[in-house]
Amino acid sequence: MTILTNKADKIDRLAELTQSSEAVTGTSLWREAFRRMRSSKMAIIGAVIIGAFVLVAIIGPWVAPHGATAQNWRSEVFPNQGKFVGMRGENWFGLDHLGRDMFSRWLVGARQTLLVGVVSMLIGLIVGALVGVLSGAAATLGGKAGQRVDTVIMRFTDIMLSLPSLLLAVSIAAVLGQSLTTVMIAVGVVQIPIFARLLRGSMLVQGGADYVLAAKAVGIRRKRIVLTQILPNSLSPVIVQATLSLATAIIEAAALSYLGLGNPDPAVPEWGVMLSQAQRFFDNEPMMAAYPAIGIIITALGFTLLGEAMREALDPKLRG
Amino acid sequence: MSLLELDDIKVHFPVKKGLFFDRTVGHVYAVDGVSLSIEAGQTYGLVGESGCGKTTLGRAVLRLNDITDGGVVFDGTDLAKLPGEEMRAFRRRLQMVFQDPLGSLNPRQNIESILSEGMAAHGIGKDQAERREKIKDILAKVGLPSNALSRYPHEFSGGQRQRIGIARALVLEPDVIICDEPVSALDVSVQAQVINLLEELQESLGLTYLVIAHDLAVVRHISDVIGVMYLGGLVEEAPSDALYAGPRHPYTKALMSAVPVPDPEVEDRRERILLHGDLPSPANPPAGCRFHTRCPWVQETKCATERPPLLDTGDGHKVACHFTAEIEAGTVKQTLATGIEAVVGTETVAAEAVEVSEGETETGAPAADAPEKEPVTVPAQADAGAKEKTAAAEETEEKASDATDVTNETADVKKGTADATEKAEGSPKA
Amino acid sequence: MSLLSVEELSVTFTARGRKDATAVDGVSFEVDQGQVVGLVGESGCGKSVTSLALMGLLPRKGVRIGGRAEFDGQNLLTMSERKLRDLRGSQLAMIFQDPLSSLNPVVPIGIQVTEILQRHRGLKGEKARKEAASLLDRVGIPDPARRLKEYPHQLSGGMRQRALIAMAVACAPRLLIADEPTTALDVTIQAQILELLKELVDQEGTALLMITHDLGVVAGLCDEVNVLYAGRAVESAGRRELFAHPTHPYAHGLLGSIPRLDAPRGEPLNPIRGSINDKIAWADGCAFAPRCDHYTMECLTGTPELTEPRAAGHQVRCVNPVLPTAEVPA
Repeated sequence: MTILTNKADKIDRLAELTQSSEAVTGTSLWREAFRRMRSSKMAIIGAVIIGAFVLVAIIGPWVAPHGATAQNWRSEVFPNQGKFVGMRGENWFGLDHLGRDMFSRWLVGARQTLLVGVVSMLIGLIVGALVGVLSGAAATLGGKAGQRVDTVIMRFTDIMLSLPSLLLAVSIAAVLGQSLTTVMIAVGVVQIPIFARLLRGSMLVQGGADYVLAAKAVGIRRKRIVLTQILPNSLSPVIVQATLSLATAIIEAAALSYLGLGNPDPAVPEWGVMLSQAQRFFDNEPMMAAYPAIGIIITALGFTLLGEAMREALDPKLRG
Repeated sequence: MSLLELDDIKVHFPVKKGLFFDRTVGHVYAVDGVSLSIEAGQTYGLVGESGCGKTTLGRAVLRLNDITDGGVVFDGTDLAKLPGEEMRAFRRRLQMVFQDPLGSLNPRQNIESILSEGMAAHGIGKDQAERREKIKDILAKVGLPSNALSRYPHEFSGGQRQRIGIARALVLEPDVIICDEPVSALDVSVQAQVINLLEELQESLGLTYLVIAHDLAVVRHISDVIGVMYLGGLVEEAPSDALYAGPRHPYTKALMSAVPVPDPEVEDRRERILLHGDLPSPANPPAGCRFHTRCPWVQETKCATERPPLLDTGDGHKVACHFTAEIEAGTVKQTLATGIEAVVGTETVAAEAVEVSEGETETGAPAADAPEKEPVTVPAQADAGAKEKTAAAEETEEKASDATDVTNETADVKKGTADATEKAEGSPKA
Repeated sequence: MSLLSVEELSVTFTARGRKDATAVDGVSFEVDQGQVVGLVGESGCGKSVTSLALMGLLPRKGVRIGGRAEFDGQNLLTMSERKLRDLRGSQLAMIFQDPLSSLNPVVPIGIQVTEILQRHRGLKGEKARKEAASLLDRVGIPDPARRLKEYPHQLSGGMRQRALIAMAVACAPRLLIADEPTTALDVTIQAQILELLKELVDQEGTALLMITHDLGVVAGLCDEVNVLYAGRAVESAGRRELFAHPTHPYAHGLLGSIPRLDAPRGEPLNPIRGSINDKIAWADGCAFAPRCDHYTMECLTGTPELTEPRAAGHQVRCVNPVLPTAEVPA
């Protein structure tokens, strides 16, 4: 038996062969999800699209070759006003019916579109999350009174959810009048019940988890349990939804603008408004509508791809 | 006085229905009148199958469930009646280790944060630095490296996670730890590590344990006293060795005979008491003795009508059965008693019966008409009851009454014993 | 010749973007008619993957399967999907750990059973229904006629497992693979199911491949036992031989670490240190070496061979097996 020969050698060899080199600093689930995102094609494509869109939105107004409202009267637009002119040297997307450079308007419009999308999503997210946290916390740890509070809040969000979102947005816009702020508020309000329900549902699931029971057993106060235990674990679906709803917000904002509820100021074009204006000439000049439409579609696609990739990366079932 | 005393604890969960206003339509009697006491430094083992209420009872002690009725007296204070904030303070002294080591750790907190949160809540340690030192001490005690502090639960193996769970309890310096299935989620080779750790910690820190588990072998290994639960109530309680040496309640006997032992010699000689059917629903428990629907020794008097109290039968061996003495003495219904002696042959009885019934199953079918819930007497082998009747063809006319079940069985049991000897001769290929 | 003979079966998962993971790394065993063979091991030892590979239930994509598995002379691993489908259910059947998820939740038990009878035995209508009822009756489900109309969720765990067994034995398969059939059940119900399986083997001569982590179940049921560790069999022997003389340090350690109901109280258990994550690749040496008290430099130089250091037919994959002399501490 050579059991005890060369103990040091043995240990070295063993360490060399044992594959699992234990990391000394831990990797949190957020960081791990981020790592998974980086190796996902979907996430990369989505991020590239969004990156390009954000870049255009930021620098667009400065790099635009012409002003958003500058009219090119010298061109052939003048004799037959109201006719769309196709692509040509200095106007990449052509001129619109008023002789304005479509490309410049498109670049400027990107910023408005991004603004509408982000602000309305934030309205929905912040208000919705607050309502959801209140409701979820009341339901999981508030005892009988809390459950009653939760029921009232949830019935209210049910009512909001049961109204068709576009109809709700139109009525809000009708009350508040025609402006960009109106569009943002209208689209944001529609998102509130979605975020509220989502966060509350997620919190209810997490509230029943063993680690919440364990935290209770350890004697942690209820407020702290909600903040440090339940909430961080309930956020993933909300983050995914926020990304996805940027896409829907942009589309809905475009729809409202298209219906004529958007910003009437011609100096701040918005893709939805541009689409609405192009409608009159759609039979003859479909390309005029195509540019803003393609912008909306690709941007929405980018956010959707990123959102779906996030959903996959954050899925607890994939946790290794 | 005992450190922890449970006095007739009841936990009933309301079953609610209704669209707008919840109406209570019934109750699940998860725990229905359990009294027990645990001495300081002792380990009390609570065994039972799923649905018997053992986990609910464990949680009720910590008031993680609402207690419907009864008292939890810990060190002279009745926890059941404490207001919220005072109860929270008491939780420091009563801690819990959970079954699912991963599920009971917050996946988004690192180990230091998980362990220090409870300390902060109870004002242990002046600042984080002091707490960290203490945590490092405890980690060493439970056999985890100190670099574990900054890592997250998913980066550990199952056994290590359970050590973290134990450390979380220990940092609060509790008097009592309630271990709810502490090893059942772990791999066999790791279970022993955790069991040994629990025992070492008890010795060095003078802890008192309430160990809740379904694995009788684990419970017997670590407990001083064992309580056996069935459908919300204790049916037997005895010192560990006494319970193993002589289980007195029919359910304990059946449970003990069903636990597989990793030894072919023991397994081949084993006398199995096969229980018929499944656990009745705790929402609608049987009247009288909860076990009477499955009990091999069930009697026509008392069992179905009167709930037997948990009585001391000597040497701290408590049993909740009307006929403990009679069963011990073998005076209760001679026919049934024979049935139990012959359980050696159970498998062969059943096997033989099936063979016979193969061709004529239809005749056997109507005999099994009795729905499970009906409180009729169901003998151990009634599982194959329908077939036994076809086997004992002469007796088919009388099969309506319960009594025939018994006669049938005796007949078959004789056959069974004969068969068993036959089988023993033609020994199995090993 | 054996009914099933598995030779050097290996299964490697090759997910894109990840390192290849070998779940089964050369497992060999044989099952004879009427024999119960056990594959025992802890989680991650490859026992369940082995059973899925034999049944052809592993996904075709992202999995590399090697070795041979001859069932009645035909190699299961290279068989066409259609032929395999015919074989499954008629000659090969499987029972899973979780009966609820292996039954179709929206179809009554009766239809699920008669479907099999129709497909593999050509029984129709009333005949199939009668046969289904007699099958349920046979596995000990009371009132089979009524149960046939019930949905899986209406049955208890034990009853569901019985229904699953009824479906598995519907066509009198020659080989039944049971993957942890009693793990989800209570001990008293487990005892019932084990008795039922024993009965089937005794009466029908069905071969049973029992996959479990519970050594107690193995001790009462199996004729031959294969102990698996990290994807390889480390010890194979008849059950009496194995339990009397566990010779691989892993099997030996495992038996020493289980609390036994019949063991005197107070004796501390002898756990195996570390966890399954502490392993080395079989190609480099013995995967168990990092947890082993007996390992030497020799253990770290390539895969140890199967030898028979104790008795004929008792195979052990170890350079320093636990033999009577070695049990005395050096």
